[in-house]
Amino acid sequence: MAYDKFTILRSTAVPLPIENVDTDQIIPARFLKATKREAFGDNLFRDWRYNGDDTPKADFVLNNPIYSGKILVGGRNFGSGSSREHAAWAIYDYGFRCVVSSFFADIFKGNSLNIGILPVQVSEEFLDKIFQAIEADPHAELEINLPEETITLVATGEKESFDINGYKKHNMINGFDDIDYLQAMKNEITEFEAARLY
Amino acid sequence: MSNQTSTLFDKVWDSHVVRKIEDGPDVFFIDRHFIHEVTSPVAFLGLESRNVGVIYPNRTFATADHNTPTINQHLPVQDPLSAKQLDALETNSAKYGISHWGLGNAKNGIVHVVGPENGITLPGMTIVCGDSHTSTHGAFGAIAFGIGTSEVEMVLSSQCIMQPKPKKMRVNVNGKLGKAVTPKDVTLYIISKLTTAGATGYFVEYAGNVFENMSMEGRMTVCNMSIEMGARGGMIAPDQTTFDYINGRDQAPKGEKWDKALAYWKTLKTDEGAVFDKEYNFDAADIEPMITYGTNPGMGQGISRNIPTSGEVEGGKATYDKSLNYMGFHENESMLGKKIDYVFIGSCTNGRIEDFRAFASIVKGRKKADNVTAWVVPGSHIVEAQIKEEGILDILTEAGFELRQPGCSACLAMNDDKIPAGKYAVSTSNRNFEGRQGPGARTLLASPLVAAAAAVTGMVTDPRDLM
Repeated sequence: MAYDKFTILRSTAVPLPIENVDTDQIIPARFLKATKREAFGDNLFRDWRYNGDDTPKADFVLNNPIYSGKILVGGRNFGSGSSREHAAWAIYDYGFRCVVSSFFADIFKGNSLNIGILPVQVSEEFLDKIFQAIEADPHAELEINLPEETITLVATGEKESFDINGYKKHNMINGFDDIDYLQAMKNEITEFEAARLY
Repeated sequence: MSNQTSTLFDKVWDSHVVRKIEDGPDVFFIDRHFIHEVTSPVAFLGLESRNVGVIYPNRTFATADHNTPTINQHLPVQDPLSAKQLDALETNSAKYGISHWGLGNAKNGIVHVVGPENGITLPGMTIVCGDSHTSTHGAFGAIAFGIGTSEVEMVLSSQCIMQPKPKKMRVNVNGKLGKAVTPKDVTLYIISKLTTAGATGYFVEYAGNVFENMSMEGRMTVCNMSIEMGARGGMIAPDQTTFDYINGRDQAPKGEKWDKALAYWKTLKTDEGAVFDKEYNFDAADIEPMITYGTNPGMGQGISRNIPTSGEVEGGKATYDKSLNYMGFHENESMLGKKIDYVFIGSCTNGRIEDFRAFASIVKGRKKADNVTAWVVPGSHIVEAQIKEEGILDILTEAGFELRQPGCSACLAMNDDKIPAGKYAVSTSNRNFEGRQGPGARTLLASPLVAAAAAVTGMVTDPRDLM
């Protein structure tokens, strides 16, 4: 599925300073029943966001109008658990384009890159600085510069580099996906397949 | 490196790289692809919108498991959304010529149970599925891991995915396991030591005499849980136990093909002196029957221990307090004697015949506790048939348990098998995340023996006291 190209993103951010945010929290299994990719954003963080009777939980950050933006900032080990791409879809469909954390679970990170969410891994120290900056000023902006591979706290100019491999970076900047790449090398794959033992 | 030694993981990985992309992932060939009803429909829609087909339909296998009822499977599925997903799997499979074991099919069951028991899973293979517990198949010396739906679409359309090669870790467990210490306890112990993210970025090889002496069912339990410490997957070198398990299974190689395969499988081991990025050594004697007290699988400990204080565990106090608060537990409390409302035995972690044998060994001659609701769910119809043939069903019935029909069931509670809010469940499944087994449900992960002990006493009980 096509996604918007990503180059430089300047936005306020939503803080979620909890460690080990797993995919069952991002989207519980009972909301995985759709056969199309639609409306997953409505159930993002469903059980943290809503009570059992579907009324919003006032103390959850997504229900606090002070916080908004295209960047979600989470605690260490974000996205652990299930391989459900629905977790990344829910984050994207809600309106986030970037998740910042000090550590990501592997499958979540791969799924995010595949659908156009940029996972930005920063040091524990920088993550703390971001949380503090947002706490002090909920309108504090972050700038994610993908071509330069940097993340900056706009107010102070404090900056850190992040890693992304050249192939994925090129894809994100141009809005390409892996299937286009794989389709273009079908002959090579067919030859490889023919030589398999099973 | 000057030497030519390589690990089991290197041997299997390197032989499946179709192309290496500079400063990018490997184009990685997939031998076997399992699909189920939940993570595949959007991938099939993607194929349609791009107007591409399925490149090798005979390399993909479909089974319905995540979102299926575990009673009255002969009746139409009640929930319209679930029914629609099951229909989509059947229709898509038929359209592209993919083998499909839907509800009612004698081969139906949980994807990670039916793959091995039908001889689809073989050593040296690369195996993926849109499910993180695909790591189960690593028990055969395969590289097996979970993928997202975009990748399901990649495999359907090109039989390849794009993967950076993970780092390598070896976990050695040697020595003699104590009484009532099962493969589930071994894996919960390892995860408790490494923590829930301790193996993120790595692919794990399990080695040492504890794994060498384990049955295939036990090895599958261990490899299944690899993802719970963040590892993409785990694997164990194939040996005579592996070959004996595979030989004669439905889709296993036969005759000359078997001989050729066997010769290859015997080369699948880590060379002496091969180097891992990280290595851990554990002593089997240190492992007790395990139970979890928190909201990730790393929050587990020996059943006789008290719940740790926040100072004793890794991570922040706020996260730890939130977790214990959700569970309704306190620091320093004993787990033994805590009242239990539900017991679930089943899942791709512990839904195989050995697990039900273990469960029955404690239940035999006892009665289910009145305060416990128990869900006994076989991993497949083949396991269900074994339970009946071996007389385990009689033992269960005598003790007041009912056997349900195969599926993922209360492990992820997509169907009606949900633990109610606030209730405590001892579960042989793989995740104790908040709400995993139903909104507000509180999960205590454990082995089939610990689950059985809880089921007959109505509380957390050391199974060694009942043996």
